[in-house]
Amino acid sequence: MELLSGADMVARFLKDEGVEYIYGYPGGALLHIYDALFQQDAVEHVLVRHEQAATHMADAYARATGKPGVVLVTSGPGATNAVTGIATAYMDSVPMVVISGQVMSHLIGEDAFQECDMMGVTRPIVKHNLSVKSPEEIPMILKKAFYIASSGRPGPVVVDIPKDMTTPTDRFEYVYPKSVKLRSYNPVSRGHSGQIKKAVDLLMNAKRPVILAGGGVISANASEELIELAQHLNYPVINTLMGLGAYPGTDRQFLGMPGMHGSVEANMVMHHADLILNLGSRLDDRITNATEKFCPTAKLIHVDIDPSSISKTVAADVPIVGPLESVLGEILKQVKASTIETDAESHDSWWQQIEEWRGRHGGRFRTDDSELLKPQAVVEALCDVTNGDAYVCSDVGQHQMFAAQYYKFNKPRRWINSGGLGTMGFGLPAAMGVKLNFPDDDVICITGEGSIQMNIQELSTCLQYNLPVKIICLNNQSLGMVRQWQDMNYESRHSQSYMKSLPDFTKLVESYGHVGMEVRKPEELQATLDKAFAMKDKLVFVNVYVDPFEHVYPMQVPRGSMRDMWLNKTERT
Amino acid sequence: MRHIISVLMENEAGALSRVVGLFSQRNYNIESLTVAPTEDPTLSRLTLTTVGNDRVIEQITKQLNKLIEVVKLVDLTEGDHIERELMLIKVKALGSQRAEVIRNVEIFRGQVIDVTSSVYTVQLTGSSDKLDAFINVIDTTNVLEVVRTGVSGISRGEKVLSL
Repeated sequence: MELLSGADMVARFLKDEGVEYIYGYPGGALLHIYDALFQQDAVEHVLVRHEQAATHMADAYARATGKPGVVLVTSGPGATNAVTGIATAYMDSVPMVVISGQVMSHLIGEDAFQECDMMGVTRPIVKHNLSVKSPEEIPMILKKAFYIASSGRPGPVVVDIPKDMTTPTDRFEYVYPKSVKLRSYNPVSRGHSGQIKKAVDLLMNAKRPVILAGGGVISANASEELIELAQHLNYPVINTLMGLGAYPGTDRQFLGMPGMHGSVEANMVMHHADLILNLGSRLDDRITNATEKFCPTAKLIHVDIDPSSISKTVAADVPIVGPLESVLGEILKQVKASTIETDAESHDSWWQQIEEWRGRHGGRFRTDDSELLKPQAVVEALCDVTNGDAYVCSDVGQHQMFAAQYYKFNKPRRWINSGGLGTMGFGLPAAMGVKLNFPDDDVICITGEGSIQMNIQELSTCLQYNLPVKIICLNNQSLGMVRQWQDMNYESRHSQSYMKSLPDFTKLVESYGHVGMEVRKPEELQATLDKAFAMKDKLVFVNVYVDPFEHVYPMQVPRGSMRDMWLNKTERT
Repeated sequence: MRHIISVLMENEAGALSRVVGLFSQRNYNIESLTVAPTEDPTLSRLTLTTVGNDRVIEQITKQLNKLIEVVKLVDLTEGDHIERELMLIKVKALGSQRAEVIRNVEIFRGQVIDVTSSVYTVQLTGSSDKLDAFINVIDTTNVLEVVRTGVSGISRGEKVLSL
């Protein structure tokens, strides 16, 4: 029997759970825990410059590896600074465990120094939260947190620990709990066989089918099954923003992304399909456009681990609740064994139609006559220079959409962005979280001059932990997406979307000990990128001046159907 | 349509606020809510009434089920069920009003549980409709105070909501 303090139990549990890195920031309520961390070397702590960055680092680690990221923040402001990152992980179903310090239990409710009701504040943005009432509970509560965060539909779990639960002199028996069972929480382990059979029948009889793969395919590690099924049936595949990489982006059967800034062929195919096999996408408003006009001729099979995602926005004809890997595996088995012959003639003309849509618009941006560098061209060049194999972490705005449209992701877990919450400031800490865990891979942060300034202080963390990420700042000197909407809907009244007094980014990154580069003309791009990516051991910030007037297209017409799109500033479907 | 949803959940601090929070976060409405521990002190039974179309009710039950502390739930209005609510109502009763109130209490099978020279306090049990009806027969200017527990409900017959 081993006697440990609550603080030692936290450190020891993390080691026993196999946690390598935790991301955090110390403070009064955490002093005992930080002292325990100091006296061990199994778990390495990464000191960020702002707690939001700690959550994004942990989040990106989880997205890249599938394992829960771990965050440690102190009570009060430390905890509230983590809130944006927790909400970001919640919206994108990312497994994360956030340990927050709390004031001593006898002070709770007395408005003590750095007290904040973290349980109450985070309740709407966590999968679950737990608070420690007695030190002996710490190992089991942490085990529950890891189990809940990473099972079923993953999500963030907060564990709130009052300081007196970690007092070094109060020692208790420690046993690592190998497993945990909760009578009120049992994620589904397989899909309903009757529903799967119905889905297979629909798949075999479809004339104009399409497979829609969402973030669920990635979190379930079901890419292989998806690829095998799609290629066996020769059906077209669309990846949502969260699903990019689930199906290879350079494959002939891949049509791009659906929705607001989806490709023409993807949106056309969705609108005209007679069957949509939706795998782990929650069909949110950025995909469906007006739900009452959504895919009028399609039957919808919806597979999801979370029953509440099914028929939430669009009613499913065949709902299947279950883990995607097992449901897809079962569908694949039954499709292969099916005696029904698929309608080759219909599929031929469906593919002809698809190729016509693809050929008509081709997913190309206009280079027009301007001398200005197009942001899309920068993303294409990035894809080339990294062989399409980098981890790409994005901030939020136009550059995010350009990255999603023009970087061809061939593997899952390579595209890391805040799709649901749309958190500016996500990109740099995300790239850091990935680089720390994949030091030999190219890790890019695609950002804008607006987003990068929301967490730019992390350049300091990059130096301390030697995180040579490549920051590609598509600098259009304005909050591009806001400006685009103002151009389209507010007669170009650019209310607060122009940034004056931008810093000299090159000098700024140099002052943090990194390398800064600038691209002002199209012809400088290739050489600069080559140079930047050749510097394997240096963080390079490439400030790329791009066309400030560029809009993201296609763009769905508000309140229209999937097929109603602006193709450029003057043409629409 | 009005639904009565009955929830069996862990009797833990915070569980109730998760349920209530869910309704405000997702823009569902709660008309009444009642909660107390069951015969097993580790479990609480929560009953709430809400209004919504089938799609909203489906989302409500799915979202409730997703809460980690919710063990099981049932939409009682989907089957045969009994609902009861208890009301304490304080009524001004002077002169001829005294006999009138007593008559109504008898008709509604209520009980007068406290009396002063000018006030009757009445206890009444039944469906929410019945309690509404009682309030309607009392002249509203004479109603001094109304306290209702919110609806409790249970399925008829063999069907039970338990572990």
